[in-house]
Amino acid sequence: MDVFSDPYNVDVYVTGFLWILKLTAASTVGALVLGVLLAAMRVSPVPVLRGFGAAWVNTFRNTPLTLIIFFCYFGLFSTLGFSVSDEIDLNNYWLGVIGLSVYTAAFVCEAIRSGINTVPAGQAEAARAIGMSFRQTLTMIILPQAGRAVIAPLGSIFIALSKNATIVGTIGLMESSNAMKELINANGDAVIPIFLVFAGTFAAVLIPVGYGFSWLANRLAVKR
Amino acid sequence: MRITRLAATFGALTMALAVAACGGDDGDAGSSGGASGIVGKASGDKKLVIGVKADQPGLGLQTGSSYTGFDIEIGKIIAKGLGVEESGIEWKTTVSANREPYIQQGQVDLVVATYTINDERKKVVNFGGPYYIAGQDLLVPVDSTITGPEALAGKKVCSVSGSTPAKRIQSDYKDAQLQQFDSYSKCVTALAGGQVDAVTTDDIILAGYAAQEQYAGKFKVVGKPFSEEPYGIGLKKDDSEGCKKINEILTAAASDGSYKAAWDNTLGKSGTPAPELDTTKMTNCS
Repeated sequence: MDVFSDPYNVDVYVTGFLWILKLTAASTVGALVLGVLLAAMRVSPVPVLRGFGAAWVNTFRNTPLTLIIFFCYFGLFSTLGFSVSDEIDLNNYWLGVIGLSVYTAAFVCEAIRSGINTVPAGQAEAARAIGMSFRQTLTMIILPQAGRAVIAPLGSIFIALSKNATIVGTIGLMESSNAMKELINANGDAVIPIFLVFAGTFAAVLIPVGYGFSWLANRLAVKR
Repeated sequence: MRITRLAATFGALTMALAVAACGGDDGDAGSSGGASGIVGKASGDKKLVIGVKADQPGLGLQTGSSYTGFDIEIGKIIAKGLGVEESGIEWKTTVSANREPYIQQGQVDLVVATYTINDERKKVVNFGGPYYIAGQDLLVPVDSTITGPEALAGKKVCSVSGSTPAKRIQSDYKDAQLQQFDSYSKCVTALAGGQVDAVTTDDIILAGYAAQEQYAGKFKVVGKPFSEEPYGIGLKKDDSEGCKKINEILTAAASDGSYKAAWDNTLGKSGTPAPELDTTKMTNCS
């Protein structure tokens, strides 16, 4: 493990995982907000909104993430001139967050929609009966119950998202997979140890997270 | 017991990873030629597996199932010198990150893949050559005002993530903004689109891109190399006999014109004259 006794290498490793953390954090927020909105659209009584939601899910769920991220750079930024910052790294970071968010939102939307199906129809009927609007029914009665039912699938999506964050490396952010490439390139004598450290870091963080989500899902489940 | 289950999970995981890593660095060559090393394998089996790059025009480029480029030609020269026909060569695509493991595990007999000789790599593999001394350079649009690396301040430079050229820009030319992609073709696309001002890597690789038909007359290589990258031929660490043989073959190729022919048929098409192969710089194969 003498590769990681060099402070420069440790710095590369830490920076790589910091980018992954930042990408995951920002994209989680983006994907949750977008996903809930999309789910609301897909169950709403307005056909146009339903169609938009369905189109979004079908488009982004069936496009490889690599292509989406790639399009964020070469489509959004290069061709359409959309740019967030003059700093190359920051700009690529936000382009990556946009890509990850729109992609993951499709999965979040589907998870929430399946959660809505676990809420007995009587709940919605009762809400309508006491005069609540669609919006009130959804936000006060349906979503809180649906949300508690989908903690576990959302956990899986979150874990997938944090690993998918490495794909932003394709547009040049020095996240963990690029950091790994750099270390392997400079230390040809320690390819396997470097690989194991990077893979192990993901596992060491994500396995407890997985257990955490299971625990939370049990804790919050609606006991019917 | 939750704890034991956790421990078991971790145990299984490390095992899986170890298997995925193909057991680390004690792979066996699996050569059936009797004598160890490439010389024995070549004379016994009349077969060689050569690792090359698949995505570098002019050097090692895969189109369909065939490979073309200067590295490929060098590979053919070495194989011929070892007594292996072209039909006995199996080309295998390698990327930068798997060159050492491939050699150590015996997945390939030789690596000819823009493989810079350096001390870390020498610890685990042996190098024949160098067959070419490349230098880091810049590819810019023909009308660019960039004349060398010192003119990069405030400019956007593109290179491949995690590569030596990218690292050199970060450490030696801090005023330049570095955009990284996972392949040079993306860098060249960004250069053509004007998102970056220059692409940087070894001059020989840049020349290959500049020579591509779709970019004809659009780009130029600045021609002020600011590093030395000796390209070697990688083989097993303990195969010093094979390494010496490779150096003999290269020395012979430099004098009998086959080295020049390899250049002229590939990178030379862009008009760059063949370099002189300095046979005094050959590695000592220890």
